Amino acid sequence: MLDAHGVVRPHWKRLLQVVNSSPSQMQQRERLIQRQIRENSVTYNVYADPQGADRLWQLDALPNIIPAAEWQTLAAGVAQRARLLNKVLADLYGEQQLLCNGLLPTELIYGHNHFLWPCRGIQPPGGVFLHTYAVDLARAPDGRWWVMADRTQSPSGAGYTLENRQILARAFPDLFRDLRVQHLSRYVDTLRDTLTQLAPCDAGETPLSVLLTPGRFNETYFEHLYLAQHLGFPLVEGHDLTVRDGNVYLKTLDGLQRVHTVLRRLDADFCDPLELRADSALGVPGLLDAARTGRVLVANALGSGVLESPGLLGFLPKISEHLLGETLMLPSVATWWCGEKPVLQQALTQLEKLVVKPAFPSQNFNEISGASLSGAELAALAQRLQERPYAYVTQEQVRLSQAPVWGDDTTGQKSIIQQAISMRVYAVATADGHYHVMPGGLTRIATDEHGTISMQRGGGSKDTWVLADGLPQGAPPRTRLLGAKELVRGSTFLPSSLAENLFWFGRYSERCESGARLLRAEIARYVNDEDTQTVDTELTENLLDNLQRMHNAGSQVRGRLSHENWRALVEIQRETRLMEDQTEEKNSEHLGDSLEQLDRLLLSLAALSGFAHDDMTRDDGWRFMMIGRRIERLQCLAGIFAECLRDKIAHRTESLQRTALDWLLEIGNSTITYRLRYLAAAQLIPVLDLLLLDTSNPHALLFQMNTLVKMTTVDTSLHTLSEQLATLDLDSLENSLFGARNTVDFLNGLADLLDNISLACSQLSDRLHLRHFAHVDDVSQQMVSS
Amino acid sequence: MTAARYCITHETHYRYSVPVALSQQLVHLFPRECSWQQCDKQTLTINPPPTHQHQELDVFGNPLTRLSFESAHEALTLTANLDISVQQRPNRVLAQSPAWESVSELLDYRADMPPSAIALDACQFRYESPAVRLKKVFSRYGDDCFPAEKPLLECTRALMQKIFTEFTFDSSATEVTTPLLEVLEHKRGVCQDFAHLMIACLRSRGLAARYISGYLLTKPPPGQQRLVGADASHAWVSVFCPQNGWVDFDPTNNMLPGNEHITLAWGRDFSDVSPLRGVMLGGGSHTLAVEVTVTREDT
Repeated sequence: MLDAHGVVRPHWKRLLQVVNSSPSQMQQRERLIQRQIRENSVTYNVYADPQGADRLWQLDALPNIIPAAEWQTLAAGVAQRARLLNKVLADLYGEQQLLCNGLLPTELIYGHNHFLWPCRGIQPPGGVFLHTYAVDLARAPDGRWWVMADRTQSPSGAGYTLENRQILARAFPDLFRDLRVQHLSRYVDTLRDTLTQLAPCDAGETPLSVLLTPGRFNETYFEHLYLAQHLGFPLVEGHDLTVRDGNVYLKTLDGLQRVHTVLRRLDADFCDPLELRADSALGVPGLLDAARTGRVLVANALGSGVLESPGLLGFLPKISEHLLGETLMLPSVATWWCGEKPVLQQALTQLEKLVVKPAFPSQNFNEISGASLSGAELAALAQRLQERPYAYVTQEQVRLSQAPVWGDDTTGQKSIIQQAISMRVYAVATADGHYHVMPGGLTRIATDEHGTISMQRGGGSKDTWVLADGLPQGAPPRTRLLGAKELVRGSTFLPSSLAENLFWFGRYSERCESGARLLRAEIARYVNDEDTQTVDTELTENLLDNLQRMHNAGSQVRGRLSHENWRALVEIQRETRLMEDQTEEKNSEHLGDSLEQLDRLLLSLAALSGFAHDDMTRDDGWRFMMIGRRIERLQCLAGIFAECLRDKIAHRTESLQRTALDWLLEIGNSTITYRLRYLAAAQLIPVLDLLLLDTSNPHALLFQMNTLVKMTTVDTSLHTLSEQLATLDLDSLENSLFGARNTVDFLNGLADLLDNISLACSQLSDRLHLRHFAHVDDVSQQMVSS
Repeated sequence: MTAARYCITHETHYRYSVPVALSQQLVHLFPRECSWQQCDKQTLTINPPPTHQHQELDVFGNPLTRLSFESAHEALTLTANLDISVQQRPNRVLAQSPAWESVSELLDYRADMPPSAIALDACQFRYESPAVRLKKVFSRYGDDCFPAEKPLLECTRALMQKIFTEFTFDSSATEVTTPLLEVLEHKRGVCQDFAHLMIACLRSRGLAARYISGYLLTKPPPGQQRLVGADASHAWVSVFCPQNGWVDFDPTNNMLPGNEHITLAWGRDFSDVSPLRGVMLGGGSHTLAVEVTVTREDT
């Protein structure tokens, strides 16, 4: 902020005036910033676990200001560096002239676990390997910028930078306009254009690009969502994609859609378990081969992470002369790779002054500053370096320049204090092989003067304001206006995984309901009947497991549930915890409580069912959820009824039969309907009619079957079975000629039919999975031996 | 020199508890070209027939078959049949090799001297790879086999002998994923473990070593018939020596491979050249049965 003479640099003056003019306004601004971070993270943490501890992003109230002239030099240097690194990748995965000429050591390339051998020979569309690039810069106290590290794998933070800008421009609207701060929007536009233009489309195809994320548990998942929204790309996980005959497809309910471009936020070695890390559950089997044959563009190119080794920094000036015929504009912090004997010897004499870094991410070694070590520790470090010198890099200890930060001063008052900063700057390839440098960046506040910037997102950040020479270029941040033309009815694109999760959410909700009913009946019987000695603990365990599964499935589809619906789910989760605690105590004194608890649980589950029927948009996703509910209810009831008919109703005395029928009505949730209709004790014929055949009873089997036949197009035996059930002749049970013997036969025959229905349910579920979720031909192939 | 002729059958049989909906497989079952080997016939029979099949060379020059299955299936059988003849390889005078340190230094990077094409090629096999981490314990383990200034190939033979003597062949001791440190600690394992360990010991001292996958003619106990399917895939090691080229060592049998070792493929370690590697959708749990039969035809 101050120049060498202690005078405030001109570009800071306006900001200082604004800050100093009104302390109360500064407080307001800070509150505005905090509120926006909170509100946006509420939006962006949609998928987070309700118990999760997502850390809030930290944004300083003061921007880091960089004057136009200083930026121009810097941006030219960043663009040049991106161009150079792109050429280095092309060489390493192609001819490897740099290794042949001795401009790079094989140790740093072949020895790097992100040099991916199977990627050698791949020619990406347009010759672009490095679509997005970021560089970590430090400013020395004399004002010069130095490169600390290159980010080439899949640089993170650009989304946070854009988010910082949206917030801070709102906090200082007048200042932002007066200072003519350059806009950032071209970054996302360029990225979208480049990927669209380079996409390997066949004639007549519209390019489809996706953003591949490791998933909602990734620390920068917020950014993946944010970028996907701004790019207009579907955000997908590995299992949403599939490779068939060399093409990459997105699984949607409308079938497979060919994907032309995958913007990956997943480290390359995790991208394809078939050819790369076999233990990766996050990737897409066959993706690498699709890239090899040119059927898909992967950005950045698989294998780009090899350039992140700090060992390369010292070799780049010569490589720049060789590949570009240009002097490298941006110097890097003095860095020495220990793989050469004289370099190692030199490093060993002054370890206490250096920072030692691992050359490869696979090492179990963290960057360490020699100054922080004791004599014995230094000796151990020296020993370590000599064991495998080529795996270590030493770097000069950097002193970072400071910038004004809105923080607590020594008296605990909010004011301007000075803290060390570093900056990450982003570049994106254009389709014609140049690089656009985002005029701004992610400024990060160091935790100490040596620039130990915490690479995790916890450290504080600042918006970076690059001042324009003339009028700022690009568009200011704004909201897209939506008119009648943009109206969307129904979902345009529904990933199969979402439909699958909704399907299972439906199934588990129903499974929990029947589980709770069974358990309640079991406990009631224990309480009322002296012959029953114990309560079946397996029922409780199953119910608890299924509640957990329902909750997991629900978390996956949270974006589709209304706020109230989600709250109901969270409430069930709370009740589940209570039940778990009580189960652990194993105290039969609690049985009364348990009954009450189960009543409450059933009520909450009924609420979920209500939301399902009345609260959700009726698209294909909803349809799959309801199919899941029907299948589950049908399968569960058919199984229970079959067992009960065989074991409890046939062969038994009238009083035992009546108990069993009461139980059936309870499990089938039809006790009240029965009482209202018949005003009599449970008897065989009316109970069977109500539970099996009455299509006005939403708990009856035939009701489920008719609905399923209507809702699904998959061909199963369900249709035939529903006709068989519908024509069941209950009259014959009344015929006195029928006899006890024949009644037993009749009931056993009915039980067999119910078993077949239950089996048809699993077949239907499997078929739906194959056809709509996995997208494979669901007819098994004849085995032909050749 | 005499050539041995072999007929090899390698049958792999998967059975899945739940139908596999979609499956992609990488297969290394055809032999690579070597000056001492000639393959007269190679067939791969696959059941069910794959939806797509493609033959190519992998990045290390090994024949690679890509398969994909896009219809549900409950079992998968692959049968490779090879007719192959193997020449006896020239006798090596192990003492006539350069000092091991000089080989290691030759492969080191030097700013003033670009590497030769041969050295550059060797360096592919000189560093860590997915199954071979480099650790101090591995170079320590080989210390007594590598006295100062001794010929590389003699030292390598000493290392092979040491592993053969100190380790017990035990197919129940390890799995494909057992880490090398564990193998070293328990001193038990199979050919794959011994090969990986020997590679780790060599690379830890800056030497280049590659993993060879192939077959070995096994001899039935005296007086007994050879059993069909009693053989197995085999693995051994090759070390880079500038004067002699690559020289093979078999630590499982303490021998220098001659015409009884049949080479299929080589890479940095098992993960580059495993006979079958795949990803399936569905399948539940699976059972795997592998039957290898190596028959000598010329005697």
